[in-house]
Amino acid sequence: MLAAKLVQNQGLHVAGLNFFTGFCVEGHTHSIRSRSNRKPRRNNALWVAEQLNIPLYMIDVIEEYKSIVLHPRHGYGANLNPCLDCKSFMVKKALEWMHAHEFDFIITGEVVGQRPMSQRRDTFPVVARESGANDRLLRPLCAQLQPLTLPEREGWVDRAQLHGFSGRGRKAQIALAEQLGLKDYAQPAGGCCFLTDAAYSRKLRDLWRNRDRPDYDIDDIMLLKVGRHLRPRPHLKVIVARDAGETRYLRGYRRRFTCLDMTSHNGPLTLVEGEQNDEDLDLAARIAARYGQGRHEPMVRFQVLSIDGREREVCVTPLRADEVPRSWYL
Amino acid sequence: MVSVTRHLDVTGLLCPMPVIQTQNCVAELCPGDVLSIRCTDPGALLDIPAWCRVHGHVLLSTDENPEEIVIVIRVSS
Repeated sequence: MLAAKLVQNQGLHVAGLNFFTGFCVEGHTHSIRSRSNRKPRRNNALWVAEQLNIPLYMIDVIEEYKSIVLHPRHGYGANLNPCLDCKSFMVKKALEWMHAHEFDFIITGEVVGQRPMSQRRDTFPVVARESGANDRLLRPLCAQLQPLTLPEREGWVDRAQLHGFSGRGRKAQIALAEQLGLKDYAQPAGGCCFLTDAAYSRKLRDLWRNRDRPDYDIDDIMLLKVGRHLRPRPHLKVIVARDAGETRYLRGYRRRFTCLDMTSHNGPLTLVEGEQNDEDLDLAARIAARYGQGRHEPMVRFQVLSIDGREREVCVTPLRADEVPRSWYL
Repeated sequence: MVSVTRHLDVTGLLCPMPVIQTQNCVAELCPGDVLSIRCTDPGALLDIPAWCRVHGHVLLSTDENPEEIVIVIRVSS
């Protein structure tokens, strides 16, 4: 937002690009959880575009992004975050868009030293080089610490009006926002990608381990954002909704998973993945029963809908808290 | 009664896919055309009008019932 505003203030036409990888924290997560759990669900990219009065183009890169997540040339960060490859990929996509729409250069809000992987003095040139953007990539917030770029050399942008921010702090950016009259902004720090999240990465690793090869589709990665995920046996995974919104969402997966619907009490919908025998199903139902209103009752009843459309009923005794080892939780 | 040029069904998709699909659909339409979008993600009630404001398209109506949301927009130039 700040980078765009700085360049916009120099009289240049700026358009926003927002790439949707499937791992974005915003958006889906707000939509899935219960509607009673109200907080503003604005899409921040759209909101920023509106504040800056610039057009915003949202681009679905889910399929192409898979190769970045599955085979990052520069490896992962603390979790499954391929930050450096991701940054190069996005700048490369921006470059393609730039050429297709007759724009002249790309700006990002990066600050040198801000992030441990993709925003370092030694990795900045990597992003510029591997994306192919080279000197058409301008980072207005730290431009004064970087070599001259094409827009500066050509005089399209006045370098003196750009900045030389560095480091992890956000004080300079917050002060600049104030100076530019920006009172509200989305988030001063990162954390907008599920791949940086330890719990999410654990679930994704588990998914890859239990496939013939590391792979995913959009449904897989969306599902990892929703519900409690437990693996009580190597071949058995149980996903229990955490609220009514998640129950509604998980119901959409009922043709891909065995589905447990609690009928004797109020309770969440549960999906069961893997080939199950009766004993597995019984265990899954006992786990699911823990999270419904019948958790202290001797019996809880479920309607079981199999992938092949068969329906039947099971009655189980809910597991006690101490019967669910922590190691089951993904 | 507005005459709808095209219907877009994005039921089951979550933010931001309804906006992306709307954007891609509008790119194929002409100024003045009317697009009706059927969706289930309540986030679309905020996002699609915001997207229309950003791009200058006209929001004609929103209709929400427990099953689905229908948003009708007119494409601007």
